[in-house]
Amino acid sequence: MTLLKEPDFGTPERPGPATVSVEVDGLPVTVPEGTSVLRAAAQAGVDIPKLCATDSLEAFGSCRLCVVEIDGRRGTPASCTTPCADGMKVSTQTPKVEKLRQGVMELYISDHPLDCLTCPANGDCELQDMAGVVGLRQVRYGYEGANHLEAEKDTSNPYFDFDPAKCIACSRCVRACGEVQGTFALTIEGRGFDSKVSAGAGETFMDSECVSCGACVQACPTSTLQERSVVELGMPTRSVVTTCAYCGVGCSFKAELRGDELVRMVPYKDGGANEGHSCVKGRFAFGYATHPDRQLRPMVREKITDPWREVEWDEAIGTVARRMRELQDRYGTSSVGAITSSRCTNEEVYVVQKMVRAAFGNNNVDTCARVCHSPTGYGLKQTFGESAGTQDFRSVAEADVIVVIGANPTDGHPVFASRMKRRLREGAKLIVIDPRRIDLVRSPHIEAEHHLQLRPSTNVAVVNAMAHVVVSEGLFDRDFVNARCEDFDEWAEFVARPENSPEAVEPITGVPAAELRAAARLYATAPNGAIYYGLGVTEHSQGSTMVMGMANLAMACGNIGRDGVGVNPLRGQNNVQGSCDMGSFPHELPGYRHVSDDAVRTVFENLWGGTLLAEPGLRIPNMFDAAIDGTFRGLFVHGEDIAQSDPNLKHVTAALEAMELVVVQDLFLNETAKFAHVFLPGASFLEKDGTFTNAERRINRVRAVTKPKTGKHEWQIVSEIATAMGYPMAYDHPSRIMEEIASVTPTFTGVSFELLDKLGSVQWPCNEEAPEGTPIMHVDEFVRGRGRFVVTSYVPTNERSTRRFPLVLTTGRILSQYNVGAQTRRTGNVAWHPEDILELHPHDAEDRGIKNGDMVTLASRVGQTTLRAEISDRMPTGVVYTTFHHPVTGANVVTTENSDWATNCPEYKVTAVQVGLARPTRAADSKPAADDLVMVVD
Amino acid sequence: MTATVPSERRMANDIAANLGHLPGERAAEEIAGHIGRFWDPRMRTRLYEFVDAGADGLDPLVVAAVKLLR
Repeated sequence: MTLLKEPDFGTPERPGPATVSVEVDGLPVTVPEGTSVLRAAAQAGVDIPKLCATDSLEAFGSCRLCVVEIDGRRGTPASCTTPCADGMKVSTQTPKVEKLRQGVMELYISDHPLDCLTCPANGDCELQDMAGVVGLRQVRYGYEGANHLEAEKDTSNPYFDFDPAKCIACSRCVRACGEVQGTFALTIEGRGFDSKVSAGAGETFMDSECVSCGACVQACPTSTLQERSVVELGMPTRSVVTTCAYCGVGCSFKAELRGDELVRMVPYKDGGANEGHSCVKGRFAFGYATHPDRQLRPMVREKITDPWREVEWDEAIGTVARRMRELQDRYGTSSVGAITSSRCTNEEVYVVQKMVRAAFGNNNVDTCARVCHSPTGYGLKQTFGESAGTQDFRSVAEADVIVVIGANPTDGHPVFASRMKRRLREGAKLIVIDPRRIDLVRSPHIEAEHHLQLRPSTNVAVVNAMAHVVVSEGLFDRDFVNARCEDFDEWAEFVARPENSPEAVEPITGVPAAELRAAARLYATAPNGAIYYGLGVTEHSQGSTMVMGMANLAMACGNIGRDGVGVNPLRGQNNVQGSCDMGSFPHELPGYRHVSDDAVRTVFENLWGGTLLAEPGLRIPNMFDAAIDGTFRGLFVHGEDIAQSDPNLKHVTAALEAMELVVVQDLFLNETAKFAHVFLPGASFLEKDGTFTNAERRINRVRAVTKPKTGKHEWQIVSEIATAMGYPMAYDHPSRIMEEIASVTPTFTGVSFELLDKLGSVQWPCNEEAPEGTPIMHVDEFVRGRGRFVVTSYVPTNERSTRRFPLVLTTGRILSQYNVGAQTRRTGNVAWHPEDILELHPHDAEDRGIKNGDMVTLASRVGQTTLRAEISDRMPTGVVYTTFHHPVTGANVVTTENSDWATNCPEYKVTAVQVGLARPTRAADSKPAADDLVMVVD
Repeated sequence: MTATVPSERRMANDIAANLGHLPGERAAEEIAGHIGRFWDPRMRTRLYEFVDAGADGLDPLVVAAVKLLR
């Protein structure tokens, strides 16, 4: 593909039923009411020159290049700010406007470096293009006068430079930062000739509030804001449209290359999930794919204390197959298993679970979704009948009240957060339910109506109390409940009990009853109330109960089955949804169908051959227990670093050490690889061909930018292992795998690579009833028929604060880093987050003599680690917070074995801890190792 | 350090704590159903062994559920 350039219509679309018809240079065009003349002209095929206008931003009318003449109207209005009126006749090329445009351009160029031939944007500069379009032939004003040509360049950002000498003060960057990203970090400082773009209050980009999303770079019509990779490598010449491999938003990008070298990732305007926006990770943090740390050849070793030995693929695959079979011969069929990766494609995940079920002959397959959103799968299936979120991302634009529970979208799902913030700026009300004062609670032009700052582990008590208000005050939607749901009366009787009232639970939750009542009323009485949630819901001992509690609340208020409502999980990794869809859970075949279902098993047995087990296999934590017990001896770990990401790491590593065969497939020699006997090098997303499914069930194509650096596709490797084990498995292309998935999965029967290439993406279910997918689920009826209310008793966690461990630790993610950091730590993103830090309230810090920046010891009943403290009143007293992006910290050393009662999802969000000032036992570096420190506060 | 409470006992008790509100025999039935649907057979066997060894520390509802499972 050559360089893909999406058309720019100049101003945003104004969808609506009413239309107006105009003539542009004699060409008739009909457009929705409110459409600008500039956009109508573009739709008619007439490109009016422009500089300050672009269709991702509202019209601004500053550059005066898009001036036109309109019959019957005086002057030369800017076409970007002039809405079409029925019957309007527009002339875009008259001597008058041509002269005006030349004059405008002449002024711009008189204060712009004439270095086009050496400028990195040469060939991709709108100023350069417009100079040609308007026929600029001379600049009468010399450079002798005042100008900005010597303005100092800001190179503080690791990914892009800001060169004010090239700025034309069109404000596109400033507006993109506000309108698209919602951060408002940029402004125009000064007036008139002194006007200049400024990050924050005259700070550098790096020191400002800038979140490096790239929206400003994307919007800049010149080389003022320019990717450093373009400066270094040159302007790209071809594009490959693919999908980001970071969070569950699943943004579409144009991978832009020069030859075979990736120059930059540019967000794709036609991407259904992101519609042209990006975040710092997807836009810039792709350098890990070519990082020298990547291990590109397979390796084996007999014992984990032996040195690695690089081998050819045949030997590595043969070793895995032989040793897996030996273990099964010695310890039984069920002594081995695999973990699939939510970072890999659907096709890769499908073949791994197929290998386990058909070649290993058991159901010991699980996925890293176990440790994040398995309660979502369980809870939504129980209540709605399908293990997936109800809405598409666009739906938030119709929400009137948005409830964010246990999620931090601006850090974890930033591109969706930008959509949400846009809606909030338009006037939607916000309720945040979170122990921590996340950025959304108060950020530019946004303030939560209610922040229910509950104590960790009391989610269910809060949601029950909200339901209590809805039921006892008669705020529920009786018509919806009667027509669409079942078991309402039993549930309503339960939540109406006095013990579930806001007043009764206040001592448990810490949430003032009046505030909770007001929040419940706000949600219940909104025309459209939408719930968005994250791991702050699921990673609790009652994660599944809370998911069902939110589903109950949504059903009671009739907030299901249309735009603007719903219960929406914000998935952590790029393909959490897909890995679950593909049958990664040990109790479910693809499409969430239980292994005990004879009819379903028969479908797979007929296709795969052989007999499938009707009993569920081991979940990840069960695998660890069984390894220590001696009944589980071999594990294939596909793209997950369980020795860093899973809780109670001492238990995890003991399990890994107990196994006789650990196979790790990954990009890097990660922490888990330290316990591996075979290392199979994996391919980065830039080398993959397949699909990812994002949090809105959107199946996006992943297209290879380059061939696998390892010489093999991951689905190929897995197929060859299965074949070497005596179960022939072969595909000649990932599209064949998708064909197989579609043939056995009712919600995927319409999905094919051809369809995805044609439509761009589809949201499952995609089948005969919904040939182009299903943006909103449960529209006329729930997947299970009637939505089921489930009684959700609050059960306190077993993890209790004690005198020895009086604080509660909760963990999370930061914008610039991703999960265990294997990718982002190998990019320029470390500039923002070089180490994990512990946030704690000033009172808790003062009690312990801790100052900002001190090294502190964080200890729980299972382990301890050391990290730097940051004193922050965004934490409530008694609660501390950290991230788990850096193995040197190993935050999961302190998290415990407690888990969700229904799914075994770990209770990462609640660990009783103590924090103390760390005192070096000897002269140590500024970042001492944990062994060098002792805790001085008991 | 590994878990001090046997996992199967802890998990079974957690299930009982969360389904214990159900009336009459339904609680034991739901607990049995949940364990049957989600637990690997070797985990169920370990649970049965706890029950046979005196059910020390096990919620009585789990014991009732095990009867149904068997």
